[in-house]
Amino acid sequence: MVIVGSGPAGLTAAIYTARANLHPLVIEGEPSSDSDQPGGQLMLTTEVENYPGFEDGIMGPELMARFRGQAARFGAGYLTAKASRVDFSARPFGIWVGDPETPEPTYRARSVIVATGARSLMLGLPSEARLLGHGVSTCATCDGFFFRGQHIAVVGGGDSAMEEAIFLTKFGERVTVIHRRKELRASKIMQDRAFRNPRIDFMWDAQVSDVLGERSVEGVRIKNVATAEESTLPVTGLFVAIGHAPNTDLFRGQLDMDENGYLVTHGGARTNVEGVFACGDVQDHVYRQAVTAAGSGCMAAIDAERWLDATSDS
Amino acid sequence: MADGILTLSDNTFEEEVKTADVPVLVDFWAEWCGPCKMIGPLLEEIAVEHIGRLRIAKLNVDENLETARRFEVMSIPTMILFKDGDVRLRIVGAKGKGQLLQELQAFL
Repeated sequence: MVIVGSGPAGLTAAIYTARANLHPLVIEGEPSSDSDQPGGQLMLTTEVENYPGFEDGIMGPELMARFRGQAARFGAGYLTAKASRVDFSARPFGIWVGDPETPEPTYRARSVIVATGARSLMLGLPSEARLLGHGVSTCATCDGFFFRGQHIAVVGGGDSAMEEAIFLTKFGERVTVIHRRKELRASKIMQDRAFRNPRIDFMWDAQVSDVLGERSVEGVRIKNVATAEESTLPVTGLFVAIGHAPNTDLFRGQLDMDENGYLVTHGGARTNVEGVFACGDVQDHVYRQAVTAAGSGCMAAIDAERWLDATSDS
Repeated sequence: MADGILTLSDNTFEEEVKTADVPVLVDFWAEWCGPCKMIGPLLEEIAVEHIGRLRIAKLNVDENLETARRFEVMSIPTMILFKDGDVRLRIVGAKGKGQLLQELQAFL
């Protein structure tokens, strides 16, 4: 049994399959500040307030360390690497780590649980890439500290954007939320918190067309999508939270996906390939919560266990 | 701090980095930074595997903001490689061990 991914979904699947003596190997990913790192997206967050059982909240990285330890206690194994290729056409399935051109897969498994999650989208501007680490950041919890007393911009209108904006008011003197629509996508509670925060202001119908600055961010160029008017907002920090994309490139052509690349599951956590199951954000663009990911990881583990039982010759 | 990893501060930075006889990779980090913690163990491994060829040092930006500012660090983890006291390479963001070694290769 191989589990690819180590966020709440992958590690819950690991807890359940390890307790069922399926000896899962978790291919947990590699350190990164912006994509599919071990522990998943919660590794870049601070306090998780809505994970049941933690009435006073818990820090994201601490929660994931507990998931990991719990699965390890039942015998789950971990490999800190990225899967580079999979072959679901032959059985047992092949999973490669490292050079994907190697003829033989690194691991073979009768069943695979895919829990590779989603990553944050960036604006995709050349100036944004050039100034990454020089005012453009993918991790508010890591870098907010460097913008003490400064004016910071947050791009986006969802819960992640509001969370980042509120967090950044601990450091920034002023935080401007730049959103391309007239209203937020964020949940009511996050909207209320953001609107009530005196250090947060909003630019509506606004799209970032360029990030300005030679050595570090000095401002952003903004286009009003309603009037086509252009303006410059002088900020020293830029944090982007405009949405997510699933980490499914590895499975293209092998697993069914929707038009946005999310894996399609049916009858629980089943994919179109028997014996391959999917859970967490890689197959969910609707709920995207730690607790729903964990729940679907449990479903995938139970589905996998039953499938292995039913197809076992012995 | 773990074996083979040097802890730097605003006060000791200049001396340690300038007088080193091998390249020094300085990891700018902080306690609250998740990705910094992910690469900590990798840097310890790299330090042990390259004794005599590469020195690995850590600088806590929370306690040593002056040095972080001087090298325009605005995102952590940032790793800067110094050779003969000069900046030779800058790596921003957490990376896997393979990728770190690949970037460092030319200086080892």
